[in-house]
Amino acid sequence: MKKYFPLALLAVFAAYVASTLWPLKNPTALDLRGFSRLPVLINGRIKPLDTVARTSLLMMQGRQRVVTPSGATILPAQWLADVLFDPKKADTYQIFLIENQEVLDLLNLKLEDGAGKKRFSYDQLRKGMPELDHQARLADQTEQPLRTPFQRQVMHVYDRALQYIRLKNSAQLADAPDFLAELVTFQKALPVGLAAIMARQQGKPASDDAVKVMNEMRDRFTYMDEVGYLHVVPPAKADPDPTHWRTVGSVLLDSFGTGTVDADAVGYAALGYAWRKQDAKQFNELVKLFSDRIGTRFVPQMEKSNVESRFNSAQPFYTGIVLYVAALLLGLFSWLMWPEAFGKAAFYLLGLGWLVATAGIFTRMWLEGRPPVTNLYSSALFVGWGAVLFCLILEKFYRNAIGTVAGAMLGFATLLIAHSLSMGGDTLEMMRAVLDSNFWLATHVVVISIGYSATFLSGFLAIIYIFRGVFSTSLDKATADALARMVYGIVCLATLFSLVGTVLGGIWADQSWGRFWGWDPKENGALIIVLWNAVILHARWGGLVKQRGLMSLAVFGNIVTAWSWFGVNMLGIGLHSYGFMDSAFYWLIAFVASQLLVIIVASFPLEKWRSFRNQSA
Amino acid sequence: MWTVPGTGVALPIFPGGYLIGGLLLLNLVFAHLYRFQLTWRKLGIQLAHAGIILLLVGELLTGLLQQDSYLRLDNGETKSYSESQRGMELAILDQTNPAYDEVVAVPESVLAEKGLIQHPKLPFKILIQGYYPNASMQRREQAPGAAPSIATAGIGTQVAVMPLPITYKTDERNLPAVYAEVLGTEGSLGIWLLSPALGMPQTFSYQNRNFQLTLRPTRYYKPFTVQLLKFTHDKYPGTEIPKNFASRVRVKSDDRQTDREVLIFMNNPLRYGGYTFYQAGFDNNDQTSILQVVRNPGWLIPYVSCIMMGLGLCIQFGFHLTGFIRKRSAA
Repeated sequence: MKKYFPLALLAVFAAYVASTLWPLKNPTALDLRGFSRLPVLINGRIKPLDTVARTSLLMMQGRQRVVTPSGATILPAQWLADVLFDPKKADTYQIFLIENQEVLDLLNLKLEDGAGKKRFSYDQLRKGMPELDHQARLADQTEQPLRTPFQRQVMHVYDRALQYIRLKNSAQLADAPDFLAELVTFQKALPVGLAAIMARQQGKPASDDAVKVMNEMRDRFTYMDEVGYLHVVPPAKADPDPTHWRTVGSVLLDSFGTGTVDADAVGYAALGYAWRKQDAKQFNELVKLFSDRIGTRFVPQMEKSNVESRFNSAQPFYTGIVLYVAALLLGLFSWLMWPEAFGKAAFYLLGLGWLVATAGIFTRMWLEGRPPVTNLYSSALFVGWGAVLFCLILEKFYRNAIGTVAGAMLGFATLLIAHSLSMGGDTLEMMRAVLDSNFWLATHVVVISIGYSATFLSGFLAIIYIFRGVFSTSLDKATADALARMVYGIVCLATLFSLVGTVLGGIWADQSWGRFWGWDPKENGALIIVLWNAVILHARWGGLVKQRGLMSLAVFGNIVTAWSWFGVNMLGIGLHSYGFMDSAFYWLIAFVASQLLVIIVASFPLEKWRSFRNQSA
Repeated sequence: MWTVPGTGVALPIFPGGYLIGGLLLLNLVFAHLYRFQLTWRKLGIQLAHAGIILLLVGELLTGLLQQDSYLRLDNGETKSYSESQRGMELAILDQTNPAYDEVVAVPESVLAEKGLIQHPKLPFKILIQGYYPNASMQRREQAPGAAPSIATAGIGTQVAVMPLPITYKTDERNLPAVYAEVLGTEGSLGIWLLSPALGMPQTFSYQNRNFQLTLRPTRYYKPFTVQLLKFTHDKYPGTEIPKNFASRVRVKSDDRQTDREVLIFMNNPLRYGGYTFYQAGFDNNDQTSILQVVRNPGWLIPYVSCIMMGLGLCIQFGFHLTGFIRKRSAA
């Protein structure tokens, strides 16, 4: 039994991983899957509607799952189809996360009105929108770092409500009861209307009604062009630039020049009509028509769009979290009982989690055409990935589950950080011009991230040493020595990577800004990590610290690294600042406090350590 | 700085880069001489620390020798000089000969001493009557309460000067103002107000020669010219996120050895004649490109020291690792 347990468990979890790769089934006869793969252009990137749906939901309500007022759970793409084509229905879904009491008061809402006492529908917000708009304008006059928490919350909710309105006006006008009928009427009226406008310009008599209708429609389409969020219409055949995707409003405005209504705009309107009627035959035909048309002209984009929506539904990093937690629990158990079987099983699961994370990171790299780390989100993924890789190697050498536990903790923590960072919007962002250099992203950024991985790993290994030593009797001399060697070795690696990474960063700066070193906060942060690791090594070589001191110094390395990774971004200045992150600030403080607490625990006299009590007695 | 009482020796209260870097450098050099053993096994340590020494020396050289300036070019414009971002100079141009200008430039540090300025090329002397390191200007009608101007000639008579504290913010600039009195052999010709905030130079004639007075960013002339052919600024489609800035320029040297077109963009500077030109910014609705011009003779040093430090650590930790693996396989 014990012999086969690790393999059996691995097989179970491997089956679980395989099940996530299975393509999602359409909940009804309507081809929602095909619809979710249709590519659109938004924020400079061509991406599937599925990604639009998921990132919008994450931003608005902090999760991807949507629950309708009747209690049914629907897919993100289903929600998006309702927003685009059936806004009346979508307005009833409670998808705006508002937790600030003052903002709720402003909107005349009570906590009890919301789903789970925190999620509200647009119908509930509607009445308060003018006031929210007013407050947002007031808050907008204050510079971002100086805004009060209330002002920040107002801006936060307002931005999301605005984005929702923009989404609603992307494929059709949100206030149109039947946009297809409106377009058909417009098409019929167009020749007469254009003739009337022409006649009016030449000073000849013309029908007032016909001119008025044309002017009204022009206003409506202009509004749609200005407000519409998604660029859903692919570039015209003659257009040499494949990035000239346009909004429905803008192609409809062209009708006044060409005299015909654009086929794609009508197509989307018809898609909306079919969706509202839940007419599977017509809906599926239109989806197929769109994907064939786009797919033959934009082969690589369509391929990426398909892969991306599969990637979205597989959620590899969520799977990774599950695997890492399982590995962590098994690893901890292995110190209490069945060290062989549990330890091996934990090692297998950690390895499986790492493979899943690797696949996820590679898919992102392929989608983006970039090295692994391009923003804070991907740095969290990569730092965790590197740390787990180190741990797998450690475990291969030592086979005492310490590597597994440290790796599972770090992998889990970094994926959790990444998840909360994904609330900020699409994680596959376009790179600003300054950072647009695959060579430096691949060298400086990757090397410095591995430096973070190694520094964190040494810190977490030290935490294991301290906790096992103080609170359990399991830290015998062999284990203690092994841990000390591990921490020392990892600190050596951390020094190497953070030093080389920092200097490479200096060279990049020399290449693009004309100075090797500019005392930018992020540069200083990186330097502090190098110096701290150097301090640890010199303290050990110089005999200033023994095992326990080494561990305490390594734990402080966690604080130093967290500061350099997140803390300096919160200063809001410098070339590397990616904006102030409110809630993250409190988490950082909590993390620093917890690490200081661990150091205090470590400084208990050795005779109080349960593991050492007997030796010193 | 804090001066030791009665000695005149100044000690820094907040030590700066030179002091700390210098001490670190001394410490490392002596550590090399005193502690390190010259054996093969210690090669890694030697190399890594020598790399740090080299890096410190390199940064010292950079600090002492680096010259930073900006080159602002409109589309089509040609310049043979770059301008300092902070330093200003008082330029006196003799424009009598239409073929060329004769220029005498006085650095801001001399102006700050408010003394008398003479130059063999000038038929007059200049007395600095007032100097403000940072000041804002207003038309006199809009500032009725302002103190009377001491300027007696040029636009300065109509302008009120309001001194401001020196700013140290990275996104603000100090705009100095100077009252300069021109003293001819037969007496004063008038007092002119000069400031880069005034926008245009002021002219006067003396002894049948035409002169121009201006307070402008310090210019660094180069033995070549740079012409901006085209500045392009791409954004990602459907966004305001900048994708690329690029300046197509033509570099022509005075000795006619060089005449070529180059594309300068982010992460792709032009290195020419000991200078490096970086795409730093743009202005004027994408009609003006701003290039940063850096002269740093020590720019190569960090590259070398990076290789030394990386190699040194690799050797040192390589010894550790092989030792560790040998021990484990023996066990």
